[in-house]
Amino acid sequence: MAVVHFDAVQKIYPNGFEAVKPASFHIEDGEFVVLVGPSGCGKSTMLRMIAGLEDISDGVLQIGGRVVNDIDPADRDIAMVFQNYALYPHMSVRNNIGYGLKNRAVPRDVIAAKVEEAAKMLNLSDYLDRKPSQLSGGQRQRVAMGRAIVRDPALFLFDEPLSNLDAKLRNQMRIEIKALQRRLGVTSVYVTHDQVEAMTMADRIIVMNGGVIEQIGTPAEIYKTPASTFVASFMGAPPMNLLQVTREGAGLRLADQVLNIAAADIDETVTLGIRPEDIVPDPNGSLSIHVDIIEELGAHRLLHGRLEEQSITVHVPKDHDVTTGMSRFSMPLNAVSLFDAKSGRRLS
Amino acid sequence: MKRALFSNIWLPVALLLPQLVIIAVFFYWPAGYAVQSSFYLQDPFGFGSTFVGTGNYESLFRNNEYLKIANFTLWFTVIVTFFSLAIALILAVKADRVIRGAKTYRTLLMWVYAVAPPVAGFIAVIMFNQSWGPLTEFFALFGYRFQVGVNFNDTAFAMILTSIWKQVPVNFIFFLSGLQSIPRSVREAALIDNRSASGRFWTVTFPLLAPTGFFLLIINITYALFDTFGIVDTVVKGEPGNNPMTLVYKVYVDGFRGNDLGGSSAQSVVLMALVLALTFVQFRLVERRIHYT
Ligand SMILES: Nc1ncnc2c1ncn2[C@@H]1O[C@H](COP(=O)(O)OP(=O)(O)O)[C@@H](O)[C@H]1O
Ligand SMILES: [Mg+2]
Repeated sequence: MAVVHFDAVQKIYPNGFEAVKPASFHIEDGEFVVLVGPSGCGKSTMLRMIAGLEDISDGVLQIGGRVVNDIDPADRDIAMVFQNYALYPHMSVRNNIGYGLKNRAVPRDVIAAKVEEAAKMLNLSDYLDRKPSQLSGGQRQRVAMGRAIVRDPALFLFDEPLSNLDAKLRNQMRIEIKALQRRLGVTSVYVTHDQVEAMTMADRIIVMNGGVIEQIGTPAEIYKTPASTFVASFMGAPPMNLLQVTREGAGLRLADQVLNIAAADIDETVTLGIRPEDIVPDPNGSLSIHVDIIEELGAHRLLHGRLEEQSITVHVPKDHDVTTGMSRFSMPLNAVSLFDAKSGRRLS
Repeated sequence: MKRALFSNIWLPVALLLPQLVIIAVFFYWPAGYAVQSSFYLQDPFGFGSTFVGTGNYESLFRNNEYLKIANFTLWFTVIVTFFSLAIALILAVKADRVIRGAKTYRTLLMWVYAVAPPVAGFIAVIMFNQSWGPLTEFFALFGYRFQVGVNFNDTAFAMILTSIWKQVPVNFIFFLSGLQSIPRSVREAALIDNRSASGRFWTVTFPLLAPTGFFLLIINITYALFDTFGIVDTVVKGEPGNNPMTLVYKVYVDGFRGNDLGGSSAQSVVLMALVLALTFVQFRLVERRIHYT
């Protein structure tokens, strides 16, 4: 168990590409932090720097109060679960799980006991003598987990561990991993490009884009008060609606209504963000939306349409009758986020 | 799998015929002839032959010289195979770590592969030349007078060294591609699990190279037994005398120099049996057991 401390940690690859811009943050003891962002944004690079598989170009990285910049991966007291599991194909499940302990001179009987215990925890007891090639994808994933937990490390690192599983198994493993981490209380850094995984598993989320950390916060904070239009559109499915509004008098004009939002110190145009479920059907509402498509999702419906010329998505409960064509909606002003139209940063 | 169907039986036969003819004329017919003539005693001047049954084989295994050559061939094969594989493996592991200039490095190492065995033997003869060979001079530095073609051990040394040098590049290429087919993440997992580089090599890299290694083992044994003929021939300069030679070279010497076609044929048949056994081992044990995925 350990805190992780980043102080202006930066990664420049030998070809000169800056994959991670100087980043400073702190991960608490026992915390489950999810690094999320689109493919190529530098998540794996960040994780691999923590693991020691990639050199740190500049800055200081501490794990458990110890500077680890120049410490070998094997001596960082970490365990990592890889995307393609990275099991040793020539070793049985038992030896795969025990390999890291054997190399740390743990007595044989202790290894055997720990492997049995981990296997029981992961429902692998019947497969201990099989080779990885004789296991299903989900079972291999469990072996990779087992290899990490027997080590009892200070820090777990996960690099998209569920992305090779089918949707059903992924949902199940998501819950299992989270429960396991809760039970063991080991600080964890989990990389994914899937915002659902991030929202459901994280204590705190770090949203990255183009090598830059866009926002760090709890899932609720990220969802309610995104720090930028990037975060607003990346987190949440469907994403937050982003609408262009112009200043008018003391308020902001959105389509044919003026919103009574204090907008004294802002530019002529602003980006307004509103979550699809915050727009509610209201016969007396002031938003006239032309609904083009109704997407039936069982538990609820998504209406895709236009507010004047801007496209907009509305989330309505399943028992609400809707038809395509013009309908009226309203939105509470306290659910609105405002962003600078140019930089995309959140205002106030 | 999709199968092409021929309505006419003669078309596939016609298509196969050239290959079948080549195999029959150049492989089965000589092999059959060798088996046949191994049961006859040929008149040295070619005036006919007498059936002697297994006589040729019996005298072969009672012949001290033949047993001595078999013994030498055994050691020659073991040493050449071991060092060709070991040196190639070391070079491949080093080359695998090289990031800059990797291509140049590999190309340079591969050049030797293009050298034909007699040329390799010729290069050895130059290197070990009695009066000005660089390697002879090198040994002279230590006060040792190196005499290829005269001293048995020196000649054996030159043969072995040249044979190893010639075979290392082939093994190198296979080992390198074997190393590069080990997934990066597996090596990285090992990096986290095991602090010792040599420990990682012996417990992860080496076992994962085993399929390549066993394949090469068979290839190298075959090479040392048969393909070193050109090197042996050049190094001993066609003057067997009391120089070392391998079993294959002995077949040639007895058959064409000694005109003992019967005895030479019996030796060929023994070698054929050896190849058959090697092939059997390769298919039965190696190909079946050492695959992980
Ligand atoms: N060894 C490397 N050399 C140069 N650029 C690299 C290297 N590895 C990754 N990159 C680049 O760095 C960026 C971040 O990569 P990565 O951390 O793997 O992204 P992610 O895991 O978020 O998809 C990508 O643009 C990728 O092309
Ligand atoms: Mg990645």
